[in-house]
Amino acid sequence: MSLLQIKNLHVTVGGHEILKGIDLKLNPGEVHSIMGPNGSGKSTLAQVLARRQTYEVTQGEVLFNGKDLLAMKPEEAACEGLFMAFQYPVEIPGIGNTYFLRSALNAIRKYRGEDEMDAMDFLPMFREKLKLLEMDEKLLNRSVNEGFSGGEKKRNEILQMAVLQPKLAILDETDSGLDIDALRIVAKGVNGMRSPERAMLVVTHYQRLLNYIVPDYVHVLVDGRIVRSGGAELALELEEKGYSWTETEARQTPVSA
Amino acid sequence: MIKHMTTAIQNVQDYLENFTEFEKRATGRNLPWLRRLRDDTIARFYEVGFPTTHDEDWRFTNVSAIARTPFLLKEKGKIQLSKKDLAGGAIEGAPAQLVFVDGQFVRECSHFANLPRGVTIAGLKDQIANNPDAIEAYLGHYLDTRRDPFSALNTAFAEDGAYVHVPRGIVLDGPIHLLFVSTAADVPSMMHPRNLLVFDTETQGTVIEEYVSLGAGTVLCNSATELIAGESATVSHYMIEREHKQAFNISTLRIQQARSANVTSHSLLLGGGLVRNNVHPVLAGEGGECLINGLFLGDGRQHLDNYMHVEHASPHCSSRQFYNGILDGHAHGVFHGRIVVHKDAQKTDAKQTNRNLLLSDDAQIDTKPQLEIYADDVKCTHGATIGQIEENALFYLRSRGIDEISARRLLLFAFASECLDRMQPGAARDHSERLIHEHLLSVANHLPGQSSHTQTERSWEEVG
Repeated sequence: MSLLQIKNLHVTVGGHEILKGIDLKLNPGEVHSIMGPNGSGKSTLAQVLARRQTYEVTQGEVLFNGKDLLAMKPEEAACEGLFMAFQYPVEIPGIGNTYFLRSALNAIRKYRGEDEMDAMDFLPMFREKLKLLEMDEKLLNRSVNEGFSGGEKKRNEILQMAVLQPKLAILDETDSGLDIDALRIVAKGVNGMRSPERAMLVVTHYQRLLNYIVPDYVHVLVDGRIVRSGGAELALELEEKGYSWTETEARQTPVSA
Repeated sequence: MIKHMTTAIQNVQDYLENFTEFEKRATGRNLPWLRRLRDDTIARFYEVGFPTTHDEDWRFTNVSAIARTPFLLKEKGKIQLSKKDLAGGAIEGAPAQLVFVDGQFVRECSHFANLPRGVTIAGLKDQIANNPDAIEAYLGHYLDTRRDPFSALNTAFAEDGAYVHVPRGIVLDGPIHLLFVSTAADVPSMMHPRNLLVFDTETQGTVIEEYVSLGAGTVLCNSATELIAGESATVSHYMIEREHKQAFNISTLRIQQARSANVTSHSLLLGGGLVRNNVHPVLAGEGGECLINGLFLGDGRQHLDNYMHVEHASPHCSSRQFYNGILDGHAHGVFHGRIVVHKDAQKTDAKQTNRNLLLSDDAQIDTKPQLEIYADDVKCTHGATIGQIEENALFYLRSRGIDEISARRLLLFAFASECLDRMQPGAARDHSERLIHEHLLSVANHLPGQSSHTQTERSWEEVG
């Protein structure tokens, strides 16, 4: 059974149609990349899957683990094993990083009927993951993302993913704003989490990230539709020819009523 | 309207009769200075009566429900309360706790043996009876009874409360906890606790005033505290209001700061139906510092009014005001931040910030800065924000698995913790943190649009 199955997904924001019929299937163990120019609907797709409520789904269905994802609240989707690394991680003054992440982990464990983890068990595991992402231990005591640099915020997203161990990880433009060193660290963290049980959806504008996180499949999203799908080599072809190449194709694709 | 006015005037007459009875038996009635103080202030109150919303200082707070209610002083002897009733009211790490029941000091429930030598702690009534000379130079010298009718009323009925004197050079380790308990009342009852806290030169200490209810009934608690901080004294004061919602609580903290004194005032308004929290520091000596920090959490039909009046009377002083409010239901909050910089108070550095979260469409906040600057070389800034819970932050927390109610509560606690961060670590802060946490757990247990409880509370405009 597919881990994620998107069927004919149509989404509007403020009466404006952004996604115009998306079909996509992810099996456990696969890494898919969604590439596309600005405004193509990449982030909308990521946000809808993470269950942000500002989007209106007008048609279609999404099955996650065989369950109706579109009926889930964001916290239910998270507890079912979905994780989205934010393009713009939110600063939350007054909530400590450690406390936040332990609360999240315990909410998920509770949902699954597992025992909650106390601070004594949590901290060593957390420290280990910090090391993996080459993050300063000082960040443990700081508020969530408060005063973090852009790179630190993105690493913090991957850190959360490493702690929460999702079944499906969606990376929403995790590469944007990263220098090459930070990009390598982030990619190392992500690659370390590739496993036969886990699927990933890597949303990006640029091919650069895919040099480090090599996908099994690449889908090109233009104007709310997937206009091309292929293997990792498609990303290179795209890099070479630019999005205008697929945009031309998009215009030639007949709109099915 | 006319009927109400007649009632109000009649009521002021009642206070005069109450006072006549009170004065016949009041401790210290034979002391000329104290008698004059009481007589002058009741005369002042009789002259001006209760404030109305036409009065600029009371523009956002209608006290007609207080004016119309015939309150009686509770008689001693009717108080029945055991130590057991007070269990859980203690603060761990406090070397002294004074308990006041319906405004009267109860020695049997209090303890204050573990204090450094030289420190005096007593019920004010005992102090007046035993050693009035020690307080004559302070009592009533600072409170502005001309401007504020409630302060005048408190002074007229001033008899019991706490007296604390910390002599030169002494540093108190833990907080002195003053616990004011109001008990059940069949008829509306009132009390006017009066506290005098004198910290001499180079002293250090913390005092917590906490107001709680045991038992229902309409009650007016009109307290006043004069806090005198000598040269280079470092004093923290906590005002914690958590009475039930039938309580009217008017409190006034008047701080007098000498040269280089550093005073911090923390207010936590968690309870009470109609609450007015006056904080009035006067930076009288050079180089003084004052931090005024507060948090008010209202729901239902609570009305929580914070009236700050910071007076810079000397050069090179700094003051900081930070008040955070969270309002749900039909609650109404007020922040009035008045800063007065006197002519000679050059190099004043005054800052004021009021941040508010409104959790419902019916919650309301009035925030008003009022700067009166008569010196020319000063720095005064003020700012206020009013907002809702940030949707981005809420979504972020939920996307990690935290349910909506818990996520909202986390964000509220984070907002409230800005106030905690400004408290020095120690027993008083731990106590505050516990109370805020418990309060948010009991209040933030519903989603917006859903009511956490039935609307059985009265609106203060409707009472009478």
